[in-house]
Amino acid sequence: MNGVHDMGGMHGMGPIAREAREPVFHHEWERRAFALTVAAGFSGEWNIDMARHARERIPPARYLASSYYEKWLLGLELLLLETGLVTRDEIETGRRHGMASPKRVLKAADVGKVLLKGGPARLPDSVPPRFKPGDRVVARNLNPVGHTRLPRYVRGKRGAIDRDYGVFIFPDTHAMGQGKKPQHLYSVRFAARELWGPEASPRDAVYVDLWDDHLDPA
Amino acid sequence: MSDHHDHDHAGAPGSPLPETDLRVRALESLLVEKGLVDPAALDALIDTYETKVGPRNGARVVARAWVDPAYKARLLEDASSAIAELGYMGRQGEDMVVLENTPKVHNLVVCTLCSCYPWPVLGLPPVWYKSAPYRSRAVLDPRGVLRECGLELPQDVEVRVWDSTSEVRYLVLPERPEETEGLSEEALAQLVTRDSMIGVATVTPPTRGSRR
Repeated sequence: MNGVHDMGGMHGMGPIAREAREPVFHHEWERRAFALTVAAGFSGEWNIDMARHARERIPPARYLASSYYEKWLLGLELLLLETGLVTRDEIETGRRHGMASPKRVLKAADVGKVLLKGGPARLPDSVPPRFKPGDRVVARNLNPVGHTRLPRYVRGKRGAIDRDYGVFIFPDTHAMGQGKKPQHLYSVRFAARELWGPEASPRDAVYVDLWDDHLDPA
Repeated sequence: MSDHHDHDHAGAPGSPLPETDLRVRALESLLVEKGLVDPAALDALIDTYETKVGPRNGARVVARAWVDPAYKARLLEDASSAIAELGYMGRQGEDMVVLENTPKVHNLVVCTLCSCYPWPVLGLPPVWYKSAPYRSRAVLDPRGVLRECGLELPQDVEVRVWDSTSEVRYLVLPERPEETEGLSEEALAQLVTRDSMIGVATVTPPTRGSRR
């Protein structure tokens, strides 16, 4: 979706405010919002791409005005509502109307093991690559209303395949409940001048990870 | 920004949302009561990323690469396996790629679409990395962003910006500073900052070090 989350190339967002000796969390509620999101994600009721898409659907003005873990909270609430694990009334009142029956519940004793295992997006499927390193490509001009990992700033731009990372889950379908659609993932090199015009440095480049379905031969 | 610490607000200008704290507490109670989350698991998750997993992990990877050419070769060839040799793996670092800075190439990592970041080696990302100013400008004006971070690069250095749009996670291998020949691997790791492994800083020798 052409949301405000897709902000590569925008102006006017202000200075980069780095904080010396920044703590991991600034408030107790941030700790809890972080952990709630990770733990609830383990329920298996949604995948990481659905979680990203939930945060992207926060209305633009609110997205920009919200701190990071506020966005996580809003996204988590949306996922819980959409999967039916909780109701709007339960969230508003804080009182449960029944028990939930998630596929899984993360137990404290399993946290270390689960984090070390991770959730690989790489797939064992044998799918032929459409491109090889060095191939010239053009990013498709796609504007789906659903989730996509094809940023607006590369659409229609020409680049070259830098590396083939192998076969991965395709997030654009995975986020929409339309399957993993296994395909090759590449690092694609775009010259800064191709993206931003003659004012950009002639040497610099942006590397973007894109899938077969995002690319055409140039 | 340090004056924000003592205030009960969310850190977003113009949007204090004082009810956020209450809302999170209420949601936690609800999810625990409904049997969706185990409160002890929440504590374990928080403890992991607050006290166990952080940029010291990445610093050890970098220091090892600086002192051990064979390790560095493995790291650049297959970063996930080489990093796993030191015990770092898993969530948000399942598929790692290491980018080597040289006198002629400077790498910078961003996630323009959200906040993708290599958790096993760097921990959770700092606020600035997840914020609109960095996400919007890192790809458009990397030299300006670096200058804002105190790093002025010569024109003959190629800047490569890596937008983390997939589940591949990037770690910058910064250049080893001069005057560090006599330092142990452990002492070298102490020099390596989080920001140098994102690419918004270089590693400075011990006498001139400013840590972040």
